[in-house]
Amino acid sequence: MIRIQRRQTTPRWLLVAVPALSLVAAFAAAALVLLVAGKDPIATYQRIFDRAFFAPGALTSTLVTATPLLLTGLAAAAAFRMRLWNIGGEGQLYLGAIGASGVGIALQHQPAPILIGGMIAGGLVAGAAWAIIPGLLRAYLNTNEIITTLMLNYVAGLLLLYLIFDSQSYWRDLSTFTARQFPQGKVLADAATWPAFDLQVAIVPFGFVLGILAAIALWLVYRSTVFGFQVRVLGDSRAAARYAGIKSRRVIVAMMALSGALAGLGGASEIGDFRHVLDPRGLQQAGLGYAGIVVAALARYNPLAVPVVAVLIGGLANAGYSLQGPDFPAGLVGVLQGTILFFALGGELLVRYRITFGSSRALVAPART
Amino acid sequence: MNVNDSIVVVLAASAIFYGTPLVFAAVGELLAERSGVLNLGVEGMMLIGAVTAFWSVQNLSGADWFVLLLATGIGGLAALAVSLIHAVLAVGLRANQIVSGLALTIFAGATGLSSYVGNVARLGGQPAKHEFTALNVFGLQDVPVAGPILFHQNALVYASWVLVVLALVYLYRTRTGLHLRAVGESPETADVMGVNVARYRYAHTLVGGFLAGVGGAYFSLAITPNWIDGMTSGAGWIAIALVIFAFWRPELTLVGAYLFGLFSSLGFVLQARQVHLPPEVFASLPYVMTVVVLVVVSTGWAKQRLGAPAALGTPYVREER
Repeated sequence: MIRIQRRQTTPRWLLVAVPALSLVAAFAAAALVLLVAGKDPIATYQRIFDRAFFAPGALTSTLVTATPLLLTGLAAAAAFRMRLWNIGGEGQLYLGAIGASGVGIALQHQPAPILIGGMIAGGLVAGAAWAIIPGLLRAYLNTNEIITTLMLNYVAGLLLLYLIFDSQSYWRDLSTFTARQFPQGKVLADAATWPAFDLQVAIVPFGFVLGILAAIALWLVYRSTVFGFQVRVLGDSRAAARYAGIKSRRVIVAMMALSGALAGLGGASEIGDFRHVLDPRGLQQAGLGYAGIVVAALARYNPLAVPVVAVLIGGLANAGYSLQGPDFPAGLVGVLQGTILFFALGGELLVRYRITFGSSRALVAPART
Repeated sequence: MNVNDSIVVVLAASAIFYGTPLVFAAVGELLAERSGVLNLGVEGMMLIGAVTAFWSVQNLSGADWFVLLLATGIGGLAALAVSLIHAVLAVGLRANQIVSGLALTIFAGATGLSSYVGNVARLGGQPAKHEFTALNVFGLQDVPVAGPILFHQNALVYASWVLVVLALVYLYRTRTGLHLRAVGESPETADVMGVNVARYRYAHTLVGGFLAGVGGAYFSLAITPNWIDGMTSGAGWIAIALVIFAFWRPELTLVGAYLFGLFSSLGFVLQARQVHLPPEVFASLPYVMTVVVLVVVSTGWAKQRLGAPAALGTPYVREER
């Protein structure tokens, strides 16, 4: 007979071992799917890992893909840690891209530090502003944030399309006849391109560095600030937070703003590091906000684990793009991501509960004699 | 001008037409939530239903009605199969239901399994070989006002009405329905009564999956009879919101679904009548209105989350009772 008991304490090694094992199990399960589909799983995995990490230039493009995932991952991890279900990272990232490119166009004749600083600020503020809407609704009107953040993703996506395809907006390039016929965004000045750091093995985008700094900052906020303490209490027990006199409404709004700002920074980095133009189709194609949720959950909402997981998931996504074709159809990457997440969730059981095999009697404490 | 061409009648008829997939998905989600399982994977399950149903009409042959019935059933069963993953995680392994449901949507949704299946089977860009078309019920389709609204819809619309009646009878007039409500409100009590909590939760999560799949099939067989990645474009999430608007009561999902059907169709109807606004304004209406209506029902008189099953989203662990 199998018995399941809640653990009183969780050994440290389990917190690393279980996600790692979940990952292995997920790849094994997905291998079965590939076998059923008549594909050689080992060859497929070899190609995926080669394109993700080992081929020349692969790590560099993986880091480009991982950068927005790192930031949307942090956004989700921060909010989910206090059981605030912000699944609006996708829309907040779009707004961040709109904000950053808007500032980038406005300040295009300024020196690079001002221009880039302005783009970062634009991304942070726009993302936070978009997230504050559901935050206020959640805090003051008790409106389910899962639904509102999600609905706003679709609205933000339509806003992107509107700005470039169906209006004469500030973001749209109307300078030439072709640009008027085939709508596209204004391309930013060269000075608006964010710096990158060549580390020989790979080129690290500026956004990735910002993401690492944000992860460390978030960890410090949890560890040693009043706000971080309040977030942790709210995450563990709403009742305890109430007894402790924590003003949960303010914390909810502040956390949504923080979470949205992080996702918005992801959007700013998409513009500054990568696209240099507000490109609705490109931004919407990748599902960067949703993948951030996978990253956060796999990192068990631990900010310091988010960068590692982001590189891994980013590698998968990157391999997915570059291998996409008749024998590597779109959708396979989502299947893999989902499978990994399922196994990580199932593995949680091992972290939170002790599972013992044997007769139930063996668990009864021996009588003292 | 014929009264049946008036904008009010056209809007009412198309509100029902566009709202019907939401009825299926919302009633399914409602049954799962009544058992205490929150399943945020509706969007993914609907897309699985849509892609498998479309595959079926392209590859099966037979009489029109037979193929359509079979395809809808296959769509439902395929979605049921993926909902089993959520059931195992949420009921069996006590995982976090919110994250598990999201994982299901990522796994099955627009960038996951449904897209994979559509790509492998090369379903994109094909016109459907069979599709649901409006029936002329009792030959009454030309009756003023009621004709186009009530007697000129496709078979799934009528099936959805039957479904709502069945769900009502089941929930409030049968013993299993009573047990189901007990499981969602107070699993401890249900357990003491001798009700198998886990079995009820598994069964209703799977039924929810089946109905989401039927709702998805409606998209690929009735609304736009073809296959496009992510073609439900958020309907699954609106269905989840609808359960909240409906206060977990099946009959009210009809009202909500048709309201959203109205917002979805408003753009097409107005554009056909030369009202010109940016298309994004119309397209964003269902999403914006979802937020607005959700705000309305979550404040004031409904502040106590009227009707939410008390045990919604929480795993039941007998040992920790």
